[in-house]
Amino acid sequence: MSNVSLIIRREFNERVRKKSFIITTLLMPVLMIALMVAPALIMEFSRGDEKRIAVIDESGLVAPGLQSDEELVFETTDLSVEEARRELADRFGVLCIGSDILTNPNNVRLYANSTTSLIVESNITRQIARILEAEKLKGYHIENLAEILDEVKTSVSMQTFRNDKSQEEDSQAQSSIVSTALGYILGFILYMFLLIYGSMVMQSVIEEKNSRVLEVMVSSVRPFDLMLGKILGVALIAVVQVAIWGVLICVVGGLAMPHLIPAEMMAGVQSIQAGTPDAAAVADFDPELLQAVAAMTDFGYIVKIFVCLLLFVFGGYLLYSAMFAAVGSAVDNVQDASQLQLPITLPIILALMMMLAVIKDPDSQLAFWFSIVPFTSPVVMMARIPYDIPWWEILLSLVVLYVSFVGMVWLASKIYRVGIFMYGKKPTLKELCKWVRYKY
Amino acid sequence: MDLLTVEHVTKRYAQHTALDDVSLAIPRGSVYGLLGPNGAGKTTLIRIINRITAPDSGRVLFGDREIAPEDVRRIGYLPEERGLYKKMKVGEQALFFARLKGLSRRDALVRLKVWFEKFGIQDWWDKKVEELSKGMAQKVQFIVTVLHEPELLIFDEPFSGFDPINANLLKEEILALRDKGATIIFSTHNMSSVEEICDHITLINKSHNILSGRVDDIRRRHGSNIFEVAYRGEEESLRRAIEGRCEILDGAEEESVYRTLRLRVPGESEVRGVIAAVNEAVELRSFREIIPSMNDIFIRAVNGTL
Repeated sequence: MSNVSLIIRREFNERVRKKSFIITTLLMPVLMIALMVAPALIMEFSRGDEKRIAVIDESGLVAPGLQSDEELVFETTDLSVEEARRELADRFGVLCIGSDILTNPNNVRLYANSTTSLIVESNITRQIARILEAEKLKGYHIENLAEILDEVKTSVSMQTFRNDKSQEEDSQAQSSIVSTALGYILGFILYMFLLIYGSMVMQSVIEEKNSRVLEVMVSSVRPFDLMLGKILGVALIAVVQVAIWGVLICVVGGLAMPHLIPAEMMAGVQSIQAGTPDAAAVADFDPELLQAVAAMTDFGYIVKIFVCLLLFVFGGYLLYSAMFAAVGSAVDNVQDASQLQLPITLPIILALMMMLAVIKDPDSQLAFWFSIVPFTSPVVMMARIPYDIPWWEILLSLVVLYVSFVGMVWLASKIYRVGIFMYGKKPTLKELCKWVRYKY
Repeated sequence: MDLLTVEHVTKRYAQHTALDDVSLAIPRGSVYGLLGPNGAGKTTLIRIINRITAPDSGRVLFGDREIAPEDVRRIGYLPEERGLYKKMKVGEQALFFARLKGLSRRDALVRLKVWFEKFGIQDWWDKKVEELSKGMAQKVQFIVTVLHEPELLIFDEPFSGFDPINANLLKEEILALRDKGATIIFSTHNMSSVEEICDHITLINKSHNILSGRVDDIRRRHGSNIFEVAYRGEEESLRRAIEGRCEILDGAEEESVYRTLRLRVPGESEVRGVIAAVNEAVELRSFREIIPSMNDIFIRAVNGTL
């Protein structure tokens, strides 16, 4: 058996048996779900406090129209502004509405006794705006105004199709909500993988260097083989982990969901998947929800994303872990590594920021270039994939990524070669670059 | 027949020269001491032999051809800074290193069993390395080094961290390996162990090879005709008897049974005459040449007073 495969096996066995690996592998999906549910839960809990707001309405128009809800309770008061501000200290705040509110809508003041949130403020302004609009409409003396307004109210939901030249089978484009959510999740998964597994490689190199086992190792194997074996060993761990998660998601998505969803809803879902949305079947349900379910239970779609995920996780990881290995070889302990890590973590963070921008407009020039440039491409491309983007773009991105991985490993191995025998002094980035040119 | 030949090897690092035109030849089956003060370039030379680094100029021959990457499997190297994977179990680790050196799993297991029994450490197989004491870990490391029965063994300070009993055990194992045909390079500062087990040495100082040869030859060559006389009788009469024939170095040390005196005899030919004179004057008990210890030679060589 070759040395590289021996090293891969050692790295793999070492990690896969750790309790922490088993726990994270099983807990991660739970955590992901928790992360998605958490904002809703937080909203639910944070609503708890009832905020009572005293209203002084000099115009007399607004106060009757203000609707209290669970969070905000409006109470009119006859006190003057000064008195109210002085005496009603137990209220959340005092809302003053000027007498000329109809002509001067800016004449609204809130004296808050504690900090206000954006939500509270927008709630109040929205309500006032609605009341004023209604009041102004009233000025036109239209008969049956309320009925007309009800009648006029319309809600549109659109189904998007990818325009296929053959025109035979219009494939249903994924709903943008699903794409956006998936894009976010996939982008984040990539981001976390690159950082977590990359620094795992770095720590492993530092540990080897620290325990001086490196000197024994390099008298048996070429440092390049050692580095490659380590990177691939950790990669194997990553792949196994993704595979386990993928299977978990596929099982839940592909098998459990259809059973959990009512049969009538499934009919709607199937009609959407077949590309012939049947008005009768779709009518009863929120179309966005139907499309989301359709996407989540569409086997081909999941497989496509999963394969891309594996390819990009692997390529991106290889690229970054080579850099992490080079940094790890240059320092004596993890603390010293932080400064040298900067050139590695910056592109990852940039990629994450780009992803947030790209997800709003996945077909822009910006999105295209950042998903081709290798340092940002794994995260950005992965965020774009849920939207139907052309195959050649994915392919180009992958090719560029894997080619630059080879270059990076070559470069990193040069630094690694020198770094593993440097003890004591913490090298600067400049010195690291110099090491590349050292002859061994 | 030399197993390993180093020819005019030079290695420069950015700031300094680690080795400057160093040549040496290591005879097959010898225990070859590689001596020198800290920072002299020993480790660099060992790394070059191990192909961890390459020399800037010069070459290393293994047998009669230039050393090749596959040759590292014929070398066993115990570095001065010992290192094992702390979280790995002893047996698994030994197996891993053995397989890196090209042993099959089965062979490695058989040989490991023999060595673990020899050192009485069978119980450690499933222990993690971090649970072992330093001396215990060193034993494991030694086994890992010699397990693949390499032709060339390189030990860098092998006895550091061992108690006298285990150091002795190790010394015997090293000599046994030599008797089985291995060639051993032995890098150390411990001069008494050099006298005990090395038959050849090279002394490297400030990147240069300043002294090479057989230990016996070197010691004899650097002997300065100093003799020690042990006797019974009057010191005065002894001094009178040999006055003019040789130089008296230090006065008699009062010992329980004999008095002793150190002399420097001007030449080989004078020795017999001096003995006769001493024998006339006092009751002679012993008369022996003081051969300088490797320690003296080392210090004098490094200080440039050899």
